[in-house]
Amino acid sequence: MIEAWQFLMRNPEVVAGWTLEHLWIVLVACGFAVILGVPLGIYISGRGREHIADPVLYLAEIMMTVPSLALFGLVMAILASLGLRAIGFTPAIIALIIYAQLPILRNTYTAIRQVDPAMIEAGKGMGMNERQLLFKVKLPLSVPVIMAGVRNAVVMTIAIAAIAAIIGAGGLGKAIWWGLRGARMDLILVGGIGVSILGLLADAFMSRVERWVTPKGLRM
Amino acid sequence: MIRLEEVTKVFPDGTEAIREATFEVEQGEVCVLLGPSGCGKTTTMRVINRLIPITSGKIYIDGVDNSSIDEDELRRNIGYAIQDIGLFPHMTVRQNIETVPVLKGWPKAEREKRVEELLELMRMDPGEFMNRYPSELSGGQRQRVGVARSLGADPQILLMDEPFGAIDPITRIELQDEFLKIQRKIKKTIIFVTHDIYEAIKMGDRIALMNEGRLVQYDTPANLLYRPKNEFVEKFVGTDRALKGLQLIRVKELMCGSPPTVKTDEPAEAARECMEREGINQMVVICKAGKFLGWVEWTDLEKGEMVGEIMKPSSDFATIDAVLNEALSIMLSTRRNSLAIVNEDNGLAGVLSFDAIQEALGEMAQRGEIE
Repeated sequence: MIEAWQFLMRNPEVVAGWTLEHLWIVLVACGFAVILGVPLGIYISGRGREHIADPVLYLAEIMMTVPSLALFGLVMAILASLGLRAIGFTPAIIALIIYAQLPILRNTYTAIRQVDPAMIEAGKGMGMNERQLLFKVKLPLSVPVIMAGVRNAVVMTIAIAAIAAIIGAGGLGKAIWWGLRGARMDLILVGGIGVSILGLLADAFMSRVERWVTPKGLRM
Repeated sequence: MIRLEEVTKVFPDGTEAIREATFEVEQGEVCVLLGPSGCGKTTTMRVINRLIPITSGKIYIDGVDNSSIDEDELRRNIGYAIQDIGLFPHMTVRQNIETVPVLKGWPKAEREKRVEELLELMRMDPGEFMNRYPSELSGGQRQRVGVARSLGADPQILLMDEPFGAIDPITRIELQDEFLKIQRKIKKTIIFVTHDIYEAIKMGDRIALMNEGRLVQYDTPANLLYRPKNEFVEKFVGTDRALKGLQLIRVKELMCGSPPTVKTDEPAEAARECMEREGINQMVVICKAGKFLGWVEWTDLEKGEMVGEIMKPSSDFATIDAVLNEALSIMLSTRRNSLAIVNEDNGLAGVLSFDAIQEALGEMAQRGEIE
Protein backbone atom coordinates (compact mmCIF):
# COMPACT_ATOMS: atom_id res chain seq x y z
CA MET A 1 0.00 0.00 0.00
CA ILE A 2 2.69 2.42 1.05
CA GLU A 3 4.60 1.77 -2.16
CA ALA A 4 1.50 2.54 -4.17
CA TRP A 5 1.02 5.81 -2.30
CA GLN A 6 4.66 6.70 -2.81
CA PHE A 7 4.39 5.95 -6.51
CA LEU A 8 1.36 8.21 -6.78
CA MET A 9 3.13 10.99 -4.88
CA ARG A 10 6.23 10.73 -7.02
CA ASN A 11 4.44 10.42 -10.37
CA PRO A 12 1.08 12.18 -10.07
CA GLU A 13 1.08 13.32 -13.66
CA VAL A 14 1.69 9.75 -14.90
CA VAL A 15 -1.27 8.38 -12.91
CA ALA A 16 -3.44 11.31 -14.00
CA GLY A 17 -2.49 10.54 -17.61
CA TRP A 18 -3.52 6.90 -17.27
CA THR A 19 -6.77 7.91 -15.62
CA LEU A 20 -7.65 10.39 -18.34
CA GLU A 21 -6.76 7.85 -21.01
CA HIS A 22 -9.00 5.34 -19.27
CA LEU A 23 -11.89 7.77 -19.10
CA TRP A 24 -11.45 8.68 -22.75
CA ILE A 25 -11.67 5.02 -23.78
CA VAL A 26 -14.83 4.54 -21.69
CA LEU A 27 -16.39 7.75 -22.99
CA VAL A 28 -15.78 6.92 -26.64
CA ALA A 29 -16.91 3.29 -26.26
CA CYS A 30 -20.07 4.14 -24.33
CA GLY A 31 -20.85 7.06 -26.61
CA PHE A 32 -20.83 4.78 -29.64
CA ALA A 33 -22.65 2.06 -27.72
CA VAL A 34 -25.51 4.46 -26.90
CA ILE A 35 -25.65 5.83 -30.45
CA LEU A 36 -25.88 2.25 -31.69
CA GLY A 37 -27.83 0.51 -28.94
CA VAL A 38 -30.67 2.94 -28.27
CA PRO A 39 -31.88 3.28 -31.87
CA LEU A 40 -31.45 -0.46 -32.40
CA GLY A 41 -33.41 -1.15 -29.22
CA ILE A 42 -36.18 1.19 -30.39
CA TYR A 43 -36.20 -0.44 -33.80
CA ILE A 44 -36.56 -4.00 -32.55
CA SER A 45 -39.26 -2.96 -30.07
CA GLY A 46 -41.53 -1.93 -32.95
CA ARG A 47 -44.73 -3.76 -33.67
CA GLY A 48 -44.33 -6.88 -35.80
CA ARG A 49 -40.55 -7.03 -35.22
CA GLU A 50 -40.58 -9.71 -32.53
CA HIS A 51 -38.88 -12.10 -34.93
CA ILE A 52 -35.93 -9.70 -35.18
CA ALA A 53 -35.90 -8.75 -31.50
CA ASP A 54 -35.37 -12.26 -30.19
CA PRO A 55 -32.26 -13.15 -32.20
CA VAL A 56 -30.72 -9.68 -31.71
CA LEU A 57 -31.13 -9.82 -27.95
CA TYR A 58 -29.92 -13.42 -27.91
CA LEU A 59 -26.80 -12.47 -29.86
CA ALA A 60 -26.09 -9.59 -27.47
CA GLU A 61 -26.43 -11.99 -24.58
CA ILE A 62 -24.00 -14.45 -26.11
CA MET A 63 -21.48 -11.66 -26.62
CA MET A 64 -21.77 -10.87 -22.93
CA THR A 65 -20.84 -14.42 -21.97
CA VAL A 66 -17.64 -14.48 -24.04
CA PRO A 67 -14.75 -13.85 -21.61
CA SER A 68 -13.41 -10.36 -22.18
CA LEU A 69 -9.92 -11.59 -22.82
CA ALA A 70 -11.19 -13.89 -25.56
CA LEU A 71 -13.32 -11.13 -27.10
CA PHE A 72 -10.31 -8.82 -27.35
CA GLY A 73 -8.43 -11.62 -29.04
CA LEU A 74 -11.31 -12.27 -31.39
CA VAL A 75 -11.59 -8.62 -32.40
CA MET A 76 -7.83 -8.54 -33.02
CA ALA A 77 -8.01 -11.63 -35.17
CA ILE A 78 -10.89 -10.27 -37.24
CA LEU A 79 -9.25 -6.89 -37.74
CA ALA A 80 -5.96 -8.54 -38.67
CA SER A 81 -7.63 -10.81 -41.22
CA LEU A 82 -9.17 -7.70 -42.77
CA GLY A 83 -5.71 -6.23 -43.03
CA LEU A 84 -6.39 -3.52 -40.44
CA ARG A 85 -4.33 -2.45 -37.43
CA ALA A 86 -5.13 -5.03 -34.80
CA ILE A 87 -3.42 -3.40 -31.84
CA GLY A 88 -4.21 -0.29 -29.79
CA PHE A 89 -7.16 2.00 -29.34
CA THR A 90 -9.50 0.97 -32.17
CA PRO A 91 -9.80 -2.78 -31.49
CA ALA A 92 -10.25 -2.05 -27.77
CA ILE A 93 -13.08 0.39 -28.51
CA ILE A 94 -14.76 -2.08 -30.83
CA ALA A 95 -14.71 -4.84 -28.22
CA LEU A 96 -16.01 -2.50 -25.51
CA ILE A 97 -18.86 -1.29 -27.72
CA ILE A 98 -19.90 -4.89 -28.28
CA TYR A 99 -19.82 -5.48 -24.53
CA ALA A 100 -21.83 -2.42 -23.65
CA GLN A 101 -24.53 -3.33 -26.17
CA LEU A 102 -26.46 -5.77 -24.02
CA PRO A 103 -27.46 -3.57 -21.06
CA ILE A 104 -28.30 -0.66 -23.35
CA LEU A 105 -30.09 -2.69 -25.98
CA ARG A 106 -32.00 -4.82 -23.51
CA ASN A 107 -33.08 -1.92 -21.31
CA THR A 108 -34.22 0.17 -24.27
CA TYR A 109 -36.19 -2.74 -25.65
CA THR A 110 -37.82 -3.66 -22.33
CA ALA A 111 -38.53 -0.04 -21.42
CA ILE A 112 -40.42 0.61 -24.62
CA ARG A 113 -42.25 -2.69 -24.55
CA GLN A 114 -43.32 -2.09 -20.98
CA VAL A 115 -44.91 1.32 -21.50
CA ASP A 116 -48.42 1.14 -20.01
CA PRO A 117 -50.84 0.12 -22.81
CA ALA A 118 -53.30 2.72 -21.47
CA MET A 119 -50.74 5.43 -22.34
CA ILE A 120 -50.41 4.12 -25.86
CA GLU A 121 -54.16 3.86 -26.25
CA ALA A 122 -54.62 7.40 -24.99
CA GLY A 123 -52.04 8.71 -27.46
CA LYS A 124 -53.47 6.77 -30.36
CA GLY A 125 -57.03 7.66 -29.43
CA MET A 126 -56.13 11.32 -29.64
CA GLY A 127 -54.69 10.92 -33.12
CA MET A 128 -50.93 10.48 -32.67
CA ASN A 129 -49.19 8.66 -35.49
CA GLU A 130 -46.51 6.04 -34.79
CA ARG A 131 -43.69 8.59 -34.77
CA GLN A 132 -45.48 11.02 -32.47
CA LEU A 133 -46.39 8.15 -30.20
CA LEU A 134 -42.72 7.17 -29.99
CA PHE A 135 -41.30 10.62 -29.33
CA LYS A 136 -44.08 12.12 -27.24
CA VAL A 137 -45.12 9.11 -25.18
CA LYS A 138 -43.02 5.95 -25.37
CA LEU A 139 -39.51 7.44 -25.25
CA PRO A 140 -40.06 9.99 -22.46
CA LEU A 141 -41.68 7.28 -20.34
CA SER A 142 -38.76 4.93 -21.09
CA VAL A 143 -35.97 7.33 -20.14
CA PRO A 144 -35.46 6.11 -16.55
CA VAL A 145 -35.06 2.46 -17.60
CA ILE A 146 -32.88 3.28 -20.62
CA MET A 147 -30.64 5.43 -18.44
CA ALA A 148 -30.32 2.64 -15.89
CA GLY A 149 -29.00 0.50 -18.73
CA VAL A 150 -26.50 3.16 -19.79
CA ARG A 151 -25.31 3.54 -16.21
CA ASN A 152 -24.83 -0.19 -16.03
CA ALA A 153 -22.87 -0.15 -19.28
CA VAL A 154 -20.59 2.69 -18.15
CA VAL A 155 -19.64 1.03 -14.86
CA MET A 156 -19.05 -2.28 -16.61
CA THR A 157 -16.97 -0.70 -19.35
CA ILE A 158 -14.70 0.97 -16.78
CA ALA A 159 -13.85 -2.44 -15.38
CA ILE A 160 -13.40 -4.20 -18.71
CA ALA A 161 -11.37 -1.35 -20.18
CA ALA A 162 -8.67 -2.27 -17.66
CA ILE A 163 -8.19 -5.51 -19.56
CA ALA A 164 -8.02 -3.66 -22.86
CA ALA A 165 -4.54 -2.55 -21.91
CA ILE A 166 -3.36 -6.00 -22.97
CA ILE A 167 -3.96 -5.11 -26.60
CA GLY A 168 -2.30 -1.75 -26.11
CA ALA A 169 -5.24 0.52 -25.53
CA GLY A 170 -3.68 2.32 -22.57
CA GLY A 171 -5.41 3.57 -19.47
CA LEU A 172 -5.15 2.40 -15.87
CA GLY A 173 -5.03 -1.19 -17.10
CA LYS A 174 -1.52 -0.42 -18.34
CA ALA A 175 -0.36 -0.03 -14.72
CA ILE A 176 -1.89 -3.34 -13.71
CA TRP A 177 -0.46 -5.10 -16.74
CA TRP A 178 3.06 -3.71 -16.23
CA GLY A 179 2.85 -4.49 -12.53
CA LEU A 180 1.89 -8.08 -13.17
CA ARG A 181 4.74 -8.59 -15.64
CA GLY A 182 7.38 -6.91 -13.48
CA ALA A 183 6.08 -8.12 -10.13
CA ARG A 184 5.63 -4.48 -9.14
CA MET A 185 3.01 -4.47 -6.40
CA ASP A 186 2.83 -0.68 -6.31
CA LEU A 187 1.80 -0.49 -9.96
CA ILE A 188 -0.82 -3.23 -9.59
CA LEU A 189 -2.33 -1.40 -6.63
CA VAL A 190 -2.31 1.99 -8.30
CA GLY A 191 -4.12 0.55 -11.33
CA GLY A 192 -6.50 -1.64 -9.36
CA ILE A 193 -7.54 0.94 -6.80
CA GLY A 194 -7.72 3.61 -9.50
CA VAL A 195 -10.16 1.55 -11.59
CA SER A 196 -12.30 0.82 -8.50
CA ILE A 197 -12.50 4.47 -7.49
CA LEU A 198 -13.29 5.44 -11.06
CA GLY A 199 -16.12 2.90 -11.13
CA LEU A 200 -17.65 4.19 -7.91
CA LEU A 201 -17.42 7.81 -9.00
CA ALA A 202 -18.90 7.03 -12.40
CA ASP A 203 -21.79 5.19 -10.77
CA ALA A 204 -22.57 8.15 -8.51
CA PHE A 205 -22.24 10.57 -11.41
CA MET A 206 -24.47 8.51 -13.69
CA SER A 207 -27.18 8.29 -11.06
CA ARG A 208 -27.22 12.09 -11.01
CA VAL A 209 -27.43 12.15 -14.79
CA GLU A 210 -30.21 9.58 -14.65
CA ARG A 211 -32.24 11.81 -12.36
CA TRP A 212 -31.46 14.86 -14.40
CA VAL A 213 -32.68 13.45 -17.73
CA THR A 214 -35.80 11.81 -16.24
CA PRO A 215 -38.90 13.88 -17.11
CA LYS A 216 -39.95 15.89 -14.08
CA GLY A 217 -43.39 14.35 -13.74
CA LEU A 218 -41.83 10.89 -13.33
CA ARG A 219 -39.43 11.82 -10.55
CA MET A 220 -41.85 11.41 -7.65
CA MET B 1 -74.59 12.59 -35.39
CA ILE B 2 -73.23 9.08 -35.23
CA ARG B 3 -74.80 6.17 -37.04
CA LEU B 4 -73.83 2.50 -36.86
CA GLU B 5 -75.24 0.20 -39.54
CA GLU B 6 -75.09 -3.53 -38.99
CA VAL B 7 -71.66 -3.26 -37.44
CA THR B 8 -70.01 -6.58 -36.71
CA LYS B 9 -66.64 -7.18 -35.14
CA VAL B 10 -65.09 -10.62 -35.03
CA PHE B 11 -61.68 -10.80 -33.37
CA PRO B 12 -58.97 -13.00 -34.93
CA ASP B 13 -59.53 -15.60 -32.20
CA GLY B 14 -63.16 -15.98 -33.31
CA THR B 15 -64.93 -14.05 -30.55
CA GLU B 16 -67.81 -11.99 -31.83
CA ALA B 17 -67.50 -8.74 -29.90
CA ILE B 18 -70.25 -6.92 -31.76
CA ARG B 19 -73.03 -8.59 -33.75
CA GLU B 20 -74.87 -6.50 -36.30
CA ALA B 21 -75.33 -3.45 -34.12
CA THR B 22 -77.45 -0.70 -35.64
CA PHE B 23 -78.22 2.52 -33.82
CA GLU B 24 -78.05 6.26 -34.14
CA VAL B 25 -76.92 8.95 -31.71
CA GLU B 26 -78.48 12.35 -32.31
CA GLN B 27 -76.49 15.57 -32.32
CA GLY B 28 -76.01 16.85 -28.76
CA GLU B 29 -77.23 13.65 -27.09
CA VAL B 30 -75.52 11.47 -24.52
CA CYS B 31 -75.68 7.80 -25.49
CA VAL B 32 -74.63 5.44 -22.73
CA LEU B 33 -73.30 2.03 -23.70
CA LEU B 34 -74.26 -0.22 -20.82
CA GLY B 35 -73.90 -3.90 -20.11
CA PRO B 36 -72.07 -6.60 -18.17
CA SER B 37 -68.33 -6.90 -18.68
CA GLY B 38 -67.43 -8.51 -21.98
CA CYS B 39 -70.71 -7.45 -23.61
CA GLY B 40 -68.90 -5.46 -26.29
CA LYS B 41 -69.64 -1.94 -25.08
CA THR B 42 -66.02 -0.78 -25.05
CA THR B 43 -65.38 -2.38 -28.42
CA THR B 44 -68.44 -0.58 -29.78
CA MET B 45 -67.00 2.71 -28.58
CA ARG B 46 -63.57 2.01 -30.03
CA VAL B 47 -64.75 1.15 -33.50
CA ILE B 48 -66.17 4.66 -33.80
CA ASN B 49 -62.71 6.30 -33.84
CA ARG B 50 -61.28 3.20 -35.52
CA LEU B 51 -59.03 2.17 -32.64
CA ILE B 52 -60.50 -1.21 -33.55
CA PRO B 53 -61.27 -1.98 -37.20
CA ILE B 54 -64.68 -3.48 -37.89
CA THR B 55 -65.29 -6.74 -39.74
CA SER B 56 -68.40 -5.60 -41.59
CA GLY B 57 -70.99 -2.85 -41.56
CA LYS B 58 -70.72 0.91 -41.80
CA ILE B 59 -70.19 3.73 -39.36
CA TYR B 60 -71.23 7.24 -40.35
CA ILE B 61 -70.16 10.39 -38.58
CA ASP B 62 -72.26 13.36 -39.65
CA GLY B 63 -73.15 11.35 -42.72
CA VAL B 64 -69.55 10.58 -43.69
CA ASP B 65 -68.34 6.97 -43.71
CA ASN B 66 -65.61 6.91 -41.03
CA SER B 67 -63.48 4.48 -43.03
CA SER B 68 -63.05 7.16 -45.70
CA ILE B 69 -61.36 9.58 -43.27
CA ASP B 70 -57.64 9.39 -42.43
CA GLU B 71 -57.29 7.48 -39.14
CA ASP B 72 -55.28 10.09 -37.25
CA GLU B 73 -57.36 12.96 -38.64
CA LEU B 74 -60.54 11.17 -37.54
CA ARG B 75 -59.22 10.68 -34.00
CA ARG B 76 -58.05 14.25 -33.65
CA ASN B 77 -61.61 15.36 -34.33
CA ILE B 78 -63.18 13.03 -31.78
CA GLY B 79 -62.55 13.68 -28.10
CA TYR B 80 -61.35 10.63 -26.19
CA ALA B 81 -61.36 10.21 -22.42
CA ILE B 82 -60.38 7.07 -20.54
CA GLN B 83 -59.96 6.36 -16.84
CA ASP B 84 -57.51 8.63 -15.05
CA ILE B 85 -54.48 6.49 -15.85
CA GLY B 86 -54.77 7.87 -19.38
CA LEU B 87 -53.10 11.15 -18.40
CA PHE B 88 -49.46 11.34 -19.46
CA PRO B 89 -47.42 11.40 -16.21
CA HIS B 90 -44.44 13.09 -17.85
CA MET B 91 -46.49 16.04 -19.06
CA THR B 92 -47.93 18.91 -17.06
CA VAL B 93 -51.66 19.54 -16.88
CA ARG B 94 -51.23 22.15 -19.60
CA GLN B 95 -49.26 19.85 -21.89
CA ASN B 96 -51.80 17.09 -21.39
CA ILE B 97 -54.75 19.30 -22.25
CA GLU B 98 -53.09 20.78 -25.34
CA THR B 99 -52.12 17.39 -26.77
CA VAL B 100 -54.60 17.44 -29.64
CA PRO B 101 -54.28 21.19 -30.33
CA VAL B 102 -50.50 20.61 -30.69
CA LEU B 103 -51.10 17.68 -33.06
CA LYS B 104 -53.41 19.91 -35.05
CA GLY B 105 -50.79 22.66 -35.17
CA TRP B 106 -52.66 25.41 -33.33
CA PRO B 107 -50.55 28.52 -32.62
CA LYS B 108 -49.25 28.86 -29.07
CA ALA B 109 -51.40 31.81 -27.99
CA GLU B 110 -54.56 30.03 -29.05
CA ARG B 111 -53.55 26.85 -27.22
CA GLU B 112 -52.86 28.75 -24.02
CA LYS B 113 -56.22 30.46 -24.20
CA ARG B 114 -57.92 27.13 -24.74
CA VAL B 115 -56.18 25.46 -21.77
CA GLU B 116 -57.24 28.28 -19.46
CA GLU B 117 -60.77 28.17 -20.80
CA LEU B 118 -61.04 24.44 -20.21
CA LEU B 119 -59.57 24.52 -16.72
CA GLU B 120 -62.04 27.23 -15.80
CA LEU B 121 -64.83 25.15 -17.27
CA MET B 122 -63.70 22.31 -14.99
CA ARG B 123 -63.64 24.75 -12.06
CA MET B 124 -59.89 24.46 -11.60
CA ASP B 125 -57.75 27.57 -11.18
CA PRO B 126 -55.45 27.72 -14.25
CA GLY B 127 -52.74 29.60 -12.36
CA GLU B 128 -52.62 26.96 -9.68
CA PHE B 129 -52.94 23.80 -11.75
CA MET B 130 -51.58 24.49 -15.23
CA ASN B 131 -47.99 23.54 -14.44
CA ARG B 132 -48.65 20.66 -12.09
CA TYR B 133 -47.97 17.06 -12.98
CA PRO B 134 -50.68 14.39 -12.75
CA SER B 135 -48.92 12.88 -9.72
CA GLU B 136 -49.55 16.17 -7.90
CA LEU B 137 -53.32 15.99 -8.40
CA SER B 138 -56.09 14.24 -6.50
CA GLY B 139 -58.12 11.51 -8.19
CA GLY B 140 -61.02 13.84 -8.86
CA GLN B 141 -58.75 16.52 -10.29
CA ARG B 142 -57.15 13.99 -12.60
CA GLN B 143 -60.53 12.95 -13.93
CA ARG B 144 -61.35 16.60 -14.55
CA VAL B 145 -58.12 17.10 -16.46
CA GLY B 146 -58.88 13.94 -18.43
CA VAL B 147 -62.23 15.35 -19.48
CA ALA B 148 -60.64 18.75 -20.23
CA ARG B 149 -58.07 17.01 -22.42
CA SER B 150 -60.75 15.22 -24.40
CA LEU B 151 -62.32 18.62 -25.08
CA GLY B 152 -58.93 20.06 -26.08
CA ALA B 153 -59.56 20.87 -29.71
CA ASP B 154 -63.30 21.43 -29.23
CA PRO B 155 -64.48 18.25 -30.97
CA GLN B 156 -68.17 17.81 -31.71
CA ILE B 157 -68.07 14.17 -30.62
CA LEU B 158 -66.74 12.73 -27.37
CA LEU B 159 -65.99 9.11 -26.54
CA MET B 160 -65.77 8.46 -22.81
CA ASP B 161 -64.75 5.10 -21.40
CA GLU B 162 -65.82 5.02 -17.75
CA PRO B 163 -64.41 8.51 -17.28
CA PHE B 164 -65.51 8.63 -13.64
CA GLY B 165 -64.49 5.08 -12.91
CA ALA B 166 -61.62 5.04 -10.48
CA ILE B 167 -62.76 7.47 -7.80
CA ASP B 168 -64.70 7.52 -4.55
CA PRO B 169 -68.52 7.64 -4.78
CA ILE B 170 -68.88 11.16 -3.42
CA THR B 171 -66.40 12.75 -5.84
CA ARG B 172 -68.00 10.68 -8.54
CA ILE B 173 -71.46 12.14 -7.97
CA GLU B 174 -69.91 15.60 -7.87
CA LEU B 175 -68.16 15.05 -11.19
CA GLN B 176 -71.31 13.62 -12.78
CA ASP B 177 -73.32 16.67 -11.72
CA GLU B 178 -70.62 19.00 -12.96
CA PHE B 179 -70.35 17.17 -16.22
CA LEU B 180 -74.09 17.34 -16.85
CA LYS B 181 -73.96 21.04 -16.21
CA ILE B 182 -71.09 21.44 -18.66
CA GLN B 183 -72.82 19.29 -21.24
CA ARG B 184 -75.84 21.58 -21.13
CA LYS B 185 -73.49 24.39 -22.14
CA ILE B 186 -71.38 22.62 -24.74
CA LYS B 187 -73.97 20.24 -26.25
CA LYS B 188 -71.56 17.60 -27.56
CA THR B 189 -72.56 14.29 -29.03
CA ILE B 190 -71.30 11.82 -26.46
CA ILE B 191 -70.78 8.07 -26.32
CA PHE B 192 -70.36 7.12 -22.67
CA VAL B 193 -69.35 3.63 -21.59
CA THR B 194 -70.22 2.37 -18.12
CA HIS B 195 -71.21 -0.83 -16.33
CA ASP B 196 -73.04 1.10 -13.61
CA ILE B 197 -76.77 1.26 -14.23
CA TYR B 198 -77.22 4.19 -11.83
CA GLU B 199 -74.66 6.20 -13.74
CA ALA B 200 -76.27 5.20 -17.04
CA ILE B 201 -79.73 6.35 -15.95
CA LYS B 202 -78.36 9.61 -14.63
CA MET B 203 -76.08 10.53 -17.52
CA GLY B 204 -77.83 9.11 -20.57
CA ASP B 205 -80.39 10.65 -22.88
CA ARG B 206 -80.48 7.19 -24.35
CA ILE B 207 -79.06 3.91 -23.17
CA ALA B 208 -77.82 1.14 -25.41
CA LEU B 209 -77.99 -2.00 -23.31
CA MET B 210 -75.71 -4.70 -24.73
CA ASN B 211 -75.26 -8.37 -24.00
CA GLU B 212 -72.89 -10.83 -25.67
CA GLY B 213 -72.19 -8.43 -28.50
CA ARG B 214 -75.82 -7.77 -29.27
CA LEU B 215 -77.67 -4.55 -28.78
CA VAL B 216 -80.59 -5.70 -26.63
CA GLN B 217 -82.50 -2.47 -26.14
CA TYR B 218 -81.79 1.07 -27.26
CA ASP B 219 -84.10 3.39 -25.43
CA THR B 220 -84.58 6.26 -23.04
CA PRO B 221 -83.69 5.49 -19.41
CA ALA B 222 -87.38 5.60 -18.43
CA ASN B 223 -88.38 3.10 -21.09
CA LEU B 224 -85.51 0.81 -20.19
CA LEU B 225 -86.69 0.81 -16.58
CA TYR B 226 -90.43 0.58 -17.12
CA ARG B 227 -90.79 -1.03 -20.54
CA PRO B 228 -88.06 -3.65 -20.64
CA LYS B 229 -88.01 -5.45 -23.95
CA ASN B 230 -87.21 -8.90 -22.62
CA GLU B 231 -86.15 -10.93 -19.64
CA PHE B 232 -82.48 -9.95 -19.87
CA VAL B 233 -83.30 -6.26 -19.64
CA GLU B 234 -85.68 -6.90 -16.77
CA LYS B 235 -83.02 -8.84 -14.90
CA PHE B 236 -80.30 -6.31 -15.63
CA VAL B 237 -82.47 -3.44 -14.49
CA GLY B 238 -83.26 -5.38 -11.34
CA THR B 239 -86.26 -5.68 -9.05
CA ASP B 240 -85.46 -2.40 -7.33
CA ARG B 241 -86.37 -0.36 -10.34
CA ALA B 242 -88.62 1.90 -8.28
CA LEU B 243 -85.50 3.00 -6.44
CA LYS B 244 -83.55 3.32 -9.66
CA GLY B 245 -86.39 5.41 -11.03
CA LEU B 246 -85.47 8.04 -8.45
CA GLN B 247 -82.38 8.48 -10.55
CA LEU B 248 -84.60 9.84 -13.33
CA ILE B 249 -85.94 12.74 -11.31
CA ARG B 250 -83.86 15.78 -10.60
CA VAL B 251 -84.10 17.64 -7.34
CA LYS B 252 -84.99 20.91 -9.02
CA GLU B 253 -88.15 19.40 -10.49
CA LEU B 254 -89.56 18.66 -7.04
CA MET B 255 -88.12 21.31 -4.77
CA CYS B 256 -90.00 24.32 -3.52
CA GLY B 257 -88.18 27.20 -5.20
CA SER B 258 -89.24 29.99 -2.83
CA PRO B 259 -89.29 28.57 0.69
CA PRO B 260 -89.80 30.85 3.71
CA THR B 261 -86.42 31.92 5.04
CA VAL B 262 -85.01 34.02 7.87
CA LYS B 263 -81.68 35.78 8.20
CA THR B 264 -79.37 35.46 11.20
CA ASP B 265 -79.88 39.09 12.29
CA GLU B 266 -83.68 38.85 12.45
CA PRO B 267 -85.42 38.41 15.83
CA ALA B 268 -86.65 34.94 16.80
CA GLU B 269 -90.13 36.43 16.94
CA ALA B 270 -90.10 36.98 13.17
CA ALA B 271 -89.33 33.31 12.67
CA ARG B 272 -92.19 32.30 15.01
CA GLU B 273 -94.70 34.44 13.10
CA CYS B 274 -93.62 33.01 9.80
CA MET B 275 -93.75 29.41 11.04
CA GLU B 276 -97.25 29.95 12.45
CA ARG B 277 -98.39 31.48 9.20
CA GLU B 278 -96.94 28.68 7.08
CA GLY B 279 -97.80 25.89 9.52
CA ILE B 280 -94.26 24.54 9.61
CA ASN B 281 -91.95 23.69 12.50
CA GLN B 282 -88.60 24.60 10.99
CA MET B 283 -87.19 27.22 8.67
CA VAL B 284 -84.10 27.72 6.55
CA VAL B 285 -81.59 30.28 7.77
CA ILE B 286 -79.59 32.21 5.19
CA CYS B 287 -76.96 34.90 5.36
CA LYS B 288 -77.29 38.35 3.81
CA ALA B 289 -75.84 37.12 0.53
CA GLY B 290 -78.44 34.36 0.38
CA LYS B 291 -76.13 31.47 1.22
CA PHE B 292 -77.53 28.54 3.17
CA LEU B 293 -76.40 28.47 6.81
CA GLY B 294 -78.67 26.08 8.71
CA TRP B 295 -82.07 25.64 10.26
CA VAL B 296 -84.07 27.21 13.04
CA GLU B 297 -86.58 24.93 14.83
CA TRP B 298 -89.90 25.67 16.54
CA THR B 299 -88.76 24.07 19.79
CA ASP B 300 -85.70 26.31 19.93
CA LEU B 301 -87.54 29.60 19.51
CA GLU B 302 -87.58 30.31 23.26
CA LYS B 303 -83.89 29.82 23.66
CA GLY B 304 -82.72 33.23 22.44
CA GLU B 305 -83.57 36.63 21.06
CA MET B 306 -82.06 36.50 17.61
CA VAL B 307 -82.19 33.83 14.95
CA GLY B 308 -78.39 33.75 14.86
CA GLU B 309 -78.29 32.57 18.48
CA ILE B 310 -80.78 29.74 18.20
CA MET B 311 -80.13 28.36 14.73
CA LYS B 312 -78.58 24.96 14.10
CA PRO B 313 -75.77 25.37 11.55
CA SER B 314 -75.74 22.69 8.88
CA SER B 315 -73.63 21.78 5.91
CA ASP B 316 -75.92 19.06 4.62
CA PHE B 317 -77.44 20.03 1.33
CA ALA B 318 -77.79 18.86 -2.26
CA THR B 319 -77.11 20.74 -5.47
CA ILE B 320 -79.94 21.52 -7.90
CA ASP B 321 -78.53 19.02 -10.40
CA ALA B 322 -78.54 16.12 -7.95
CA VAL B 323 -80.91 13.27 -8.72
CA LEU B 324 -83.58 12.25 -6.29
CA ASN B 325 -81.94 9.22 -4.74
CA GLU B 326 -78.78 11.17 -3.97
CA ALA B 327 -80.87 13.85 -2.25
CA LEU B 328 -82.89 11.22 -0.45
CA SER B 329 -79.81 9.54 0.98
CA ILE B 330 -78.49 12.88 2.27
CA MET B 331 -81.90 13.63 3.73
CA LEU B 332 -82.04 10.31 5.53
CA SER B 333 -78.63 10.89 7.07
CA THR B 334 -79.65 14.30 8.45
CA ARG B 335 -82.81 12.96 10.14
CA ARG B 336 -84.68 16.04 9.00
CA ASN B 337 -87.68 15.82 6.67
CA SER B 338 -86.47 18.72 4.54
CA LEU B 339 -83.28 19.23 2.62
CA ALA B 340 -81.74 22.52 1.55
CA ILE B 341 -80.93 22.72 -2.16
CA VAL B 342 -78.15 25.05 -3.28
CA ASN B 343 -77.03 26.36 -6.64
CA GLU B 344 -73.51 26.63 -8.03
CA ASP B 345 -72.23 29.31 -5.66
CA ASN B 346 -73.84 27.79 -2.56
CA GLY B 347 -76.75 30.21 -2.67
CA LEU B 348 -80.03 28.72 -1.43
CA ALA B 349 -82.07 27.58 -4.42
CA GLY B 350 -84.96 25.91 -2.61
CA VAL B 351 -86.03 23.27 -0.16
CA LEU B 352 -86.94 19.69 -0.92
CA SER B 353 -89.44 18.14 1.47
CA PHE B 354 -90.08 14.48 2.08
CA ASP B 355 -93.76 15.05 1.33
CA ALA B 356 -92.91 16.30 -2.15
CA ILE B 357 -90.96 13.13 -2.83
CA GLN B 358 -93.80 10.94 -1.64
CA GLU B 359 -96.25 12.85 -3.77
CA ALA B 360 -94.09 12.44 -6.85
CA LEU B 361 -93.71 8.73 -6.24
CA GLY B 362 -97.48 8.45 -5.85
CA GLU B 363 -97.98 10.09 -9.23
CA MET B 364 -95.46 7.80 -10.85
CA ALA B 365 -97.25 4.79 -9.40
CA GLN B 366 -100.53 6.03 -10.81
CA ARG B 367 -99.01 6.40 -14.26
CA GLY B 368 -97.93 2.81 -13.95
CA GLU B 369 -94.24 3.57 -14.07
CA ILE B 370 -93.65 1.79 -10.78
CA GLU B 371 -95.56 -0.92 -9.16
